[in-house]
Amino acid sequence: MIITRHFDEPKLHELETYRKLGGYEGLSKALAMKPAEITEEVRKSNLRGLGGAGFPAAAKWGTVPPADKVPGPRYVVGNCDESEPGCFRDRVHVERAPHQVLEGLLIAAYAIGAKDAFIFIRGEYGRPHRALQTAVKEARAARLIGDDILGRGFSCDVMLMRGGGTYISGLDTALLESMEGKKSWPRQPPPFPTNYGLMGFPTLVHNVATLAMLPHIAARGGEWFAKIGTPKSGGTMIYSVSGHVEKPGVYEFPMGTPLRAIIEAAGGVAGGRGLKAVIPGGTSTPPLSADDLDLPMDFDSVRGKGSFLGAGGIIVLDETADMVEVVRLIIEFLSHESCGQCTPCREGSVWTERILERMLEGAGRPGDPANLERVAGNVTGRTICALGDTVGIVLKAYLKKFPEEFAALAGRNESVMRQEATANG
Amino acid sequence: MARITLNGRPIETADGALMIDVAKEAGIHIPHYCYHPALGNPGNCRMCLVEVQGAPKLQPACRLKAVDGMVVRTDSPAVQAAQAGALELHLVNHPLDCPVCDQSGECGLQDYYMTIGRYKSGVAEDKRHMAKRKPIGPHVMLDQERCLWCTRCTRFLANVVKTAELGIFGRGHGQVVDLAPGKVLDNPYSGNVVDICPVGALTDRDFRYKVRAWYLESVDSVCPGCSRGCGVQVHTSTKRPWHNEGRRVARLKPRYNPEVNGHWICDEGRYSYKTLDQDRLGKVLRLRPAPAGLSAVGTELSWDAAWKEIAGRAGELMADKGAGGLAVIASGALSNEDWRSFKKLFVDSWKVVQFLFAPEPDQVGPEDSLLRRKEKVPNLKGGEALGFGTEFRSMSWDALARSIEAGRIWGLYVVDRDVAGVWGPAAAGLLGRLDFVVFQGPFKGGTGDLAHYRLPSTAYVEEEGSFTNFEGRLQRYAKALAPLGAALPDWEIFEGILARHRAGKGEAL
Repeated sequence: MIITRHFDEPKLHELETYRKLGGYEGLSKALAMKPAEITEEVRKSNLRGLGGAGFPAAAKWGTVPPADKVPGPRYVVGNCDESEPGCFRDRVHVERAPHQVLEGLLIAAYAIGAKDAFIFIRGEYGRPHRALQTAVKEARAARLIGDDILGRGFSCDVMLMRGGGTYISGLDTALLESMEGKKSWPRQPPPFPTNYGLMGFPTLVHNVATLAMLPHIAARGGEWFAKIGTPKSGGTMIYSVSGHVEKPGVYEFPMGTPLRAIIEAAGGVAGGRGLKAVIPGGTSTPPLSADDLDLPMDFDSVRGKGSFLGAGGIIVLDETADMVEVVRLIIEFLSHESCGQCTPCREGSVWTERILERMLEGAGRPGDPANLERVAGNVTGRTICALGDTVGIVLKAYLKKFPEEFAALAGRNESVMRQEATANG
Repeated sequence: MARITLNGRPIETADGALMIDVAKEAGIHIPHYCYHPALGNPGNCRMCLVEVQGAPKLQPACRLKAVDGMVVRTDSPAVQAAQAGALELHLVNHPLDCPVCDQSGECGLQDYYMTIGRYKSGVAEDKRHMAKRKPIGPHVMLDQERCLWCTRCTRFLANVVKTAELGIFGRGHGQVVDLAPGKVLDNPYSGNVVDICPVGALTDRDFRYKVRAWYLESVDSVCPGCSRGCGVQVHTSTKRPWHNEGRRVARLKPRYNPEVNGHWICDEGRYSYKTLDQDRLGKVLRLRPAPAGLSAVGTELSWDAAWKEIAGRAGELMADKGAGGLAVIASGALSNEDWRSFKKLFVDSWKVVQFLFAPEPDQVGPEDSLLRRKEKVPNLKGGEALGFGTEFRSMSWDALARSIEAGRIWGLYVVDRDVAGVWGPAAAGLLGRLDFVVFQGPFKGGTGDLAHYRLPSTAYVEEEGSFTNFEGRLQRYAKALAPLGAALPDWEIFEGILARHRAGKGEAL
């Protein structure tokens, strides 16, 4: 365990305790290195972005243009707009160990030469916001934030910002729009934020969970970190486990740990019931089947099963789950959170939501599953950002995995009804 | 330079040119709603998806930059399916109230349904309901249900006019386009949002329910509202006069001209057509000036008779009192053709020296940095090219009034200028002192009753000609309508008088 190692320490959120347990040693080591050397350590560590995409962190840093090519400021933004249903680990992170996130933020800022760093916190996250506020105050008083940090000549300020309470702000480009005071409508890359980010300047946006790994990589080396995980994905993953389990909560496991071990750690399926499906990475990820329990949980293995590790929001669904209702809830959420900018997502999400609603109300039609499939196809890959893709991908996945549940609600074909009527006289 | 292949055709284009423009240039229309060449490419309608060889998914052509070697198809089955799919999603919640929608016949949804749609609707769900009739300004009506959220209007108002009256409020399928709190869409360019709206969400309050688009005829013209000379299309409704309250011009629309007005026109120009058929003159009249407040009593003349009388009377007075006592009031409303005959008659033949054509104070108004110019006449430059403003100076209204009072002026020839509007109640008294007053113009105005001869001339939509705008750009305008009554173009009237004048003096015609 890396991140959650000291989470049981009651005063871990306080600077004194955090430092006593080795906090800010990573930053101290990092500041003694050259920025390029830290990037090299991160590259060796195989750290991947833990917000969902799993993009190699060092590769992302490498796309920040050098100062002689693109002059002007650089920014680092910690993304704490955790809003995906089934994901709650960032909240725990920030409430328990806010300094760990700040330390990572400063290391990233040093690595790319940013003098301003930000943490964007979900609008509804009051307690995490207060925890970070206190931590920033403590760190500033201890000269860990501001001018000449630790006397090493590196200066960086940290500013906290809160979202307006919309899921889409968690997407990097929408988050940047929100930070600029605009409506959080995603931008359409290219250009990507590392080239054209906050106020048009190169900006590195990382999930706070990714940032929290950096102090440990800086302190103990990239190779040590890489050894913990799989060859392509270093370190650990922090899962939010919920749904039909005995002990829902936040669990940290090395990358590649089998799904079974994670569910067992969470006490197994609630009430000893049979398992129907597992959502591996939050509701935006297609469900895994009950026989996928031995799947190693890392970005590439889960992708091999047609799903995504996402942000590690594991939702366990037992045999009693109605999968049409499950997908309706997911689509309802996505339709509610669709920003409205592009048509396929805005209209496709609400239309399929209405169709599913009608089916569950008992007014299903024989053509409904095929129509859902068709509309999902017209949304996937046709939108500005990934939210629209999610609508299509998730819907298609449930239709494919649980066709009989949809068919049961789809109403009967008129010709069958006529045959029955004839047979019954 | 980028060599690309578009639908199998090799095409050379600039590096980084947008595919949607490249295709247009090559005669290939790629469906789109949000893209507008003057308003950018947010890529939100997803109608313009095209296939790029080697790309994992379809790319929006409005954001796709041409790169050397790129192979693009806009006509593959995948593209057609994607475009029809995007259209279907635009229509899922569209009210389909075409029978009562003013946009019918020129609607992006209708057009694309007929060209790329033609599917059977799969919608069994209720549609979303929003405000149907919301006046958002003096000229524009908003129907929120019909909106596609292409954001053309909000971008136009935020980036071109910079007034940002409209915004999109709310989120997702519950969002609405609406006025920002405390704002009214009353900027001088508000009518343009109706033109750029691809559907019937924004309609023109003036044009609404007057004429169906397919009954209109269109003629290219130039707006005479100021010295900018914006390109316009005159949309006329003549076949069904009961459709438009009897008015022959149904609306003016901007005509794209990158050198002059781009895609836009101002509201002042746009709604100037409303008075085109009002207060018009149709008869050639000899008038007995009326007592104050009463209409003059007139005798209708043929053009030939009028020309003879005017040429004769002016000739007598000039011989008697000298040409220096005749003043001519004109304006930059004259076309280049009019100016030429004007000069032939008044300068070359009659040797008039007293002219008034400066636009102050009745032909000036607000100007701004976008289009509107201070001089509210189209062709001062045309007069200038013939020396009016350089060789021949314009006197002031005050100086003219003083000359009349002092008895130095015996005659006044007024070409389409509201003398009574400038001088007010004093006009009748001043003109009453003169031996010879001719009023020539399309509209009667306050001066029409104060003349000895009243000659009807055509409005710009009833003649062809050319204007020279403030930058010196010569622009032709075409004839959209037949003249009302006996009206003739100004130049023809001048030529008529000139011919009779020469004939009277025994000169060759």
